[in-house]
Amino acid sequence: MHLLEPRPYPSRVMRWTAPLIAVAATLIVGSMLFLALGKDPLESFHVFFVQPLESSYGWSELLIKACPLILIAQGLALGFKARIYNIGAEGQLIVGALAGGGVAIAMEGSDASWIVPAMVVAGAIGGALWGAIPALLKTRFNAEETLTTLMLSYVANHLLSYMVNGPWRDPEGMNFPQSIMFSDSALFRILLEGSRVNTSVFITLFAIVAFWIFNARSFLHFQIEVGGHAPAASLYAGFSSKRAVWLTLVLSGMTAGIAGVGEIAGPVGQLNLNISPGYGFAAIIVAYLGRLHALGIVLAGFLMALIYLGGEAAQVALQLPAAITGIFQGMLLFFLLGSDVFIDNRLRRRLA
Amino acid sequence: MSTSVPRLELLNITKRYPTIVANADVSLSVMPGEIHAILGENGAGKSTLMKIIYGAVKADAGTIRMNGEDIAITNPAQARRLGIGMVFQHFSLFETLTVAENIALVLDEPFDLAALSQRVKQISERYGLPLDPDRRVHSLSVGERQRVEIVRCLLQNPTLLILDEPTSVLTPQAVEKLFDTLRQLAAEGVSILYISHKLHEIQALCDRATILRNGRVTGTANPREESPASLARMMIGRELPVCEAPPYLGERRPMLTVQHLNLTSAGPFGTSLHEVSLTVHSGEILGIAGISGNGQSELMAALSGEHPVHKDAVRLDSKPIGHLNAGTRRAKGLVYVPEERLGRGTVPPLSLSRNALLTAHRHGMKHWGLVRYGKARDYAEECVARFDVRGGGAGTNARALSGGNLQKFIVGREIMLKPKVMIVAQPTWGVDVGAAAVLRQALLDLSRTGVAILVVSEELEELFEICDSIAVLAQGRLSPAQPKTSLNAESVGLQMAGLFPKTPLTVHAEFDHASA
Repeated sequence: MHLLEPRPYPSRVMRWTAPLIAVAATLIVGSMLFLALGKDPLESFHVFFVQPLESSYGWSELLIKACPLILIAQGLALGFKARIYNIGAEGQLIVGALAGGGVAIAMEGSDASWIVPAMVVAGAIGGALWGAIPALLKTRFNAEETLTTLMLSYVANHLLSYMVNGPWRDPEGMNFPQSIMFSDSALFRILLEGSRVNTSVFITLFAIVAFWIFNARSFLHFQIEVGGHAPAASLYAGFSSKRAVWLTLVLSGMTAGIAGVGEIAGPVGQLNLNISPGYGFAAIIVAYLGRLHALGIVLAGFLMALIYLGGEAAQVALQLPAAITGIFQGMLLFFLLGSDVFIDNRLRRRLA
Repeated sequence: MSTSVPRLELLNITKRYPTIVANADVSLSVMPGEIHAILGENGAGKSTLMKIIYGAVKADAGTIRMNGEDIAITNPAQARRLGIGMVFQHFSLFETLTVAENIALVLDEPFDLAALSQRVKQISERYGLPLDPDRRVHSLSVGERQRVEIVRCLLQNPTLLILDEPTSVLTPQAVEKLFDTLRQLAAEGVSILYISHKLHEIQALCDRATILRNGRVTGTANPREESPASLARMMIGRELPVCEAPPYLGERRPMLTVQHLNLTSAGPFGTSLHEVSLTVHSGEILGIAGISGNGQSELMAALSGEHPVHKDAVRLDSKPIGHLNAGTRRAKGLVYVPEERLGRGTVPPLSLSRNALLTAHRHGMKHWGLVRYGKARDYAEECVARFDVRGGGAGTNARALSGGNLQKFIVGREIMLKPKVMIVAQPTWGVDVGAAAVLRQALLDLSRTGVAILVVSEELEELFEICDSIAVLAQGRLSPAQPKTSLNAESVGLQMAGLFPKTPLTVHAEFDHASA
């Protein structure tokens, strides 16, 4: 006996309550996890989700982490609507950071004002190129982008490793795999004194507005949406499916690449092996949690940023391993997928 | 065999679904050896009723009696044990298996394949259903596939046989053969429930008819004593609508020309097109008869532009368009109404406004790459009003509309694009009689404004009603178009079996650009 039966129509209410259910379920199971680890759930809860927001510094850190997540997720969401699954944003972020970092390293010592803008452009191009490879493979050889994007992110990782261990290694860095620290002219300017919030937030802010308008009003977005809902209708209308592949993969690569520059020209300040704590992957969850909607993604991005902060706080205050962040991200995705089942299905009613 | 006890009796069967009542208080009885018609429009509840008898759906209320005894049928396997066999409208056969293997798959008891093949042969010969048990299903015609389904039922010695719209896939000649078989079965005492919406078939075959409308029985009749008009009144509740086809007096020139079109089918079981040539003139409706699977979908893909072909193979108003995609062809005045309404002709979860945007976006709905949704809404609303689309306005999702209303929307949307040529596949498939008449009239009216229309349909009567000339597509080849007045159902039926002079395959090598 099946427990579920399909709904006549997908539920709109469920579409927007599913993320709330997922968050609630994550919190409940999370407290049980704390309990099992011998921690007081209420106190852990406080450490994880409240403490990071008790200081203005905490809020500024939240913003720093939310920005790249939101930026990347905006690009990814566009592809997901077309059912083009770019899950290699992490690699595109890295290649973007490499391209931007290259500019910074080449201009070492200069205090020209165009260095940061040039880094952003280079990062956008780097990320876009890394997204263009799976687009080419898909349109030419029908290669599944889910695999190619993921595999290319490992390639990107090794590329980064090679660069910071080889050509771009800081000669005075005591052989650590890292580049030189960038000079101030290659860093985003700090916005709030005493915090790490910098002018790169305006890029994310601009992206939110731009994607919001693009999603709500553009004909291109309509074509992308049609391709995702009904590929045959797309063919019937004469919309190019190849163009949708190129557009979404290149654009999502570009946002990820810019996010990469935001990290190296912001909080990180150099190229090293830890420029991203998995933002490219977490942004996939952010995109779906935000229902692929430009504004929903903003809320989801802040929640995901809080999980990052909470994870750090839990390591310090509760002596929990760093894996706690990953566990919470995983639970969130797991419960989101679980509750999303109820968009198209409902519990079978008992027969009288 | 008792003659006084009904083979099957249904008493007050009711079945409700969340949104509709499929069957309300339906009662009927079938005697042994009787051929009993269930007549009704699409959505009248015929299929649900048959699924209840076959155990595939459970009724909410009511009693089923077989041979005078109350029975509860909980699943199809049990129905088969009770002697009920059903031939579905859509076949469930495996293409890569042989006939005998396909039949073996549904047997409940153990079997020996060689012996089974022998029995299949015997039964098929006895009932005039020639069938080679060792052939693979993909090489069979649709008519032959139906025979597999029928033989599969007959192997289990049914006392009640249900056939759901069995003739929609058959040529007129094949229909006659099927009827002979059914009459022979009935003479041997098998009761037959025959579901259809085709009045003349029911009059030719059936002893009694139960007519359903909106899930209720609206009459029981001896169809031979009724007129098509009186049956139609019971079926749709009013007179059968007729279309008006005034003569076309305007200028007449070739608008759509197809020359030596060859197309290799992409799928392993598709049909390739061979040397298809046709011309549709302004003000003319050309019908393409034939049973689906004879190259219809390939021809539609090549003509609509979903599958671009050689540049010169398709011409619109004498300009080559074969290489263009569907969007560009539409911009040049060639519009297309596909057979698949949800998922191709419209995007199911999107509103009618956005579905108007799908093909009408060139009509002032874009500005600097942004959509003017107001214009799209206006277009959809005008279409809804002009073509009497019921069940929702511009904001309604496409999938919420009934088949007939959705088709009215699609046809209306394409007509409002002011085309030069319109291609329509199965214009009234699955559409109720009232909406079908509206659609046919809309096509006739459009053609009389000078538009060239190409209609592909499985329904011969429909083609004879609206077309000026008719060609037949069989096994990927197209017969020369002939004026309707020089044709009848029988001659078209012979062509549907592939019996027409083939176009010569010599010369014109320069057009042989078969694309894979």
